[in-house]
Amino acid sequence: MEKVLTRNIGPDQMPTDMTAYKANGGYVGLRKALSHMSPKDCLKVISDSNLRGRGGAGFPTGMKWSFVPTEDKCTPGHKYLVCNADEMEPGTFKDRLLMECDPHQLIEGMILSAYTIGADISYIFIRGEYVVAIQRLRDAIAECYAKGYLGDNILDSGYSLNMYVHPSAGRYICGEETALINALEGKRANPRAKPPFPQVSGLWGRPTIVNNVETLCNIPHIIDRGADWFKTLGRGEDSGSKLFGVSGKVKNPGCWELPMGTPIREILEDHAGGMRDGYQLKGLLPGGGSTDFLVPEHLDLAMDYNVIGAAGSRMGTGTMIVLDDRSCPVAMVLNLIRFFAQESCGFCTPCRDGLPWTRQVLEDIESGCAESEHLETLAYQIKYIGAIGNTHCALAPGAMEPLQSALKYFYDDFKQHISGGQCPYHKGA
Amino acid sequence: MSDQEIIESDLNTVLSSEEIAEIDAELAHVPYKSGAAIDALKIVQAQRGWVSDQSLQAIAKYLEMSAEELEGIATFYNLIYRRPVGDKVILFCDSVSCWLCGCEDIKQKISERLGVDYGETTADNRYTLIPVPCLGACDRAPVMMVGDDLHTHLDKQQIEKLFADSKQSDKGGQ
Repeated sequence: MEKVLTRNIGPDQMPTDMTAYKANGGYVGLRKALSHMSPKDCLKVISDSNLRGRGGAGFPTGMKWSFVPTEDKCTPGHKYLVCNADEMEPGTFKDRLLMECDPHQLIEGMILSAYTIGADISYIFIRGEYVVAIQRLRDAIAECYAKGYLGDNILDSGYSLNMYVHPSAGRYICGEETALINALEGKRANPRAKPPFPQVSGLWGRPTIVNNVETLCNIPHIIDRGADWFKTLGRGEDSGSKLFGVSGKVKNPGCWELPMGTPIREILEDHAGGMRDGYQLKGLLPGGGSTDFLVPEHLDLAMDYNVIGAAGSRMGTGTMIVLDDRSCPVAMVLNLIRFFAQESCGFCTPCRDGLPWTRQVLEDIESGCAESEHLETLAYQIKYIGAIGNTHCALAPGAMEPLQSALKYFYDDFKQHISGGQCPYHKGA
Repeated sequence: MSDQEIIESDLNTVLSSEEIAEIDAELAHVPYKSGAAIDALKIVQAQRGWVSDQSLQAIAKYLEMSAEELEGIATFYNLIYRRPVGDKVILFCDSVSCWLCGCEDIKQKISERLGVDYGETTADNRYTLIPVPCLGACDRAPVMMVGDDLHTHLDKQQIEKLFADSKQSDKGGQ
């Protein structure tokens, strides 16, 4: 497959500067849009391309943008584009690569997106630990200001945009778009009630679009080469290419750009090299810590949003976490629930109090001091904490996804912990 | 120092002129002063390593917000330190991919080598060990950051080498 998102990313993973970026077709899409296309034209191309958000939820990007009120339908003032670069979903390591190695691709995608929605201010909200990406983005933005790609009257088009890098002070919940907006406003990052949606009332009460890094990196290519071309990249029903990753005990963990709809088996075996010697595949989380387990019987499924959804999981971020036969599934889920309990913003009770309770039940099971009633308690917790609508945001329901599927596929492991009074994976350890 | 004393003291003796200049630059981007709360905390922490009660009160006063509200913000974010930290903070990833690749053994090795558990600072004040959510380098697990540097594919020998010149201590400083 032709490399699109990673065309400028070599094995040395050195950053691409503006000269190199332009030499490889960079900023062609931007020139095309600013000289020949209205924002409405751009929106149509993105909508027609069927690009879906790469941050995890898979919401159609064009539709999200279409909710931003046009100039005649909102009071005068700023509109904002925010890049969600707060990559913190456990097991996810794709946006780091895009930002560290090809910062201009993200910037071009942001300028085009901001132009489409009529934004005049843009932020890259990036986790504070990504110090290399922060520096490279700042350098690239400075290059853009110096050469007329950012600031007033970009490339003499009459369109103006400012762009700022905003390093976060931490916390997983900042990846939730309304929590991110609160963090940008200097507040605690509690998610907001919706409606109003950020597209109408976001940052400082103004129309705001929040898009993931990888989503925005697709924009220059779609604008340059068109919706039909983008659709041909996918192997299944979804358009485009995607960064897929594999971590865990595989021979060659990594991150690769592949067509949407690439089967899980190909990613695991051809790209990640299969399991390390002496390890068997027991299960996998297809797209980060808050997705349901899949098991070996699912290996031939295509990594498409709806295909993975129909199998009871979510494609999420597309970066798989592999569970091997020598790691304890109960302990793995406990690790995830600990994470989610810790990262709860504390706003609503099912999440703030429910997740630590779930953690406690799992700790009892893992340490071998649980009764069979513990499994009933887990089922109860999954029912109440996992139901969308019982919590203020998707964090706690997301936390229940690996748990509920672990109980479904690895029920015997849970039972053995209880009947044997110890973790069967840590016997004698 | 009490709130009253802070209010009466010259703000500039608590916040440096450099800090105030940096906070003012952030204020230009926000419609009201408390909007720069997180930035101001980060600016002060960058200068002093952490945010003391006195710093917090001075920032709150400068941003025209209550110290209680600012405290609620400061304690929410894991990269704002409300206790003193060592010269370098070790952000140790304990999330799922690193866990699958054996990070618990590495953590134990660090704790033994430096004589600290999570939340503690070494006796020589060089390192503070803190767990951190997934660092987004899962293909190179286990990983951690020491200061601004990412260390990947961690094993026990690497830990030994990395902290070779750090005095081994039995107890943490905190």
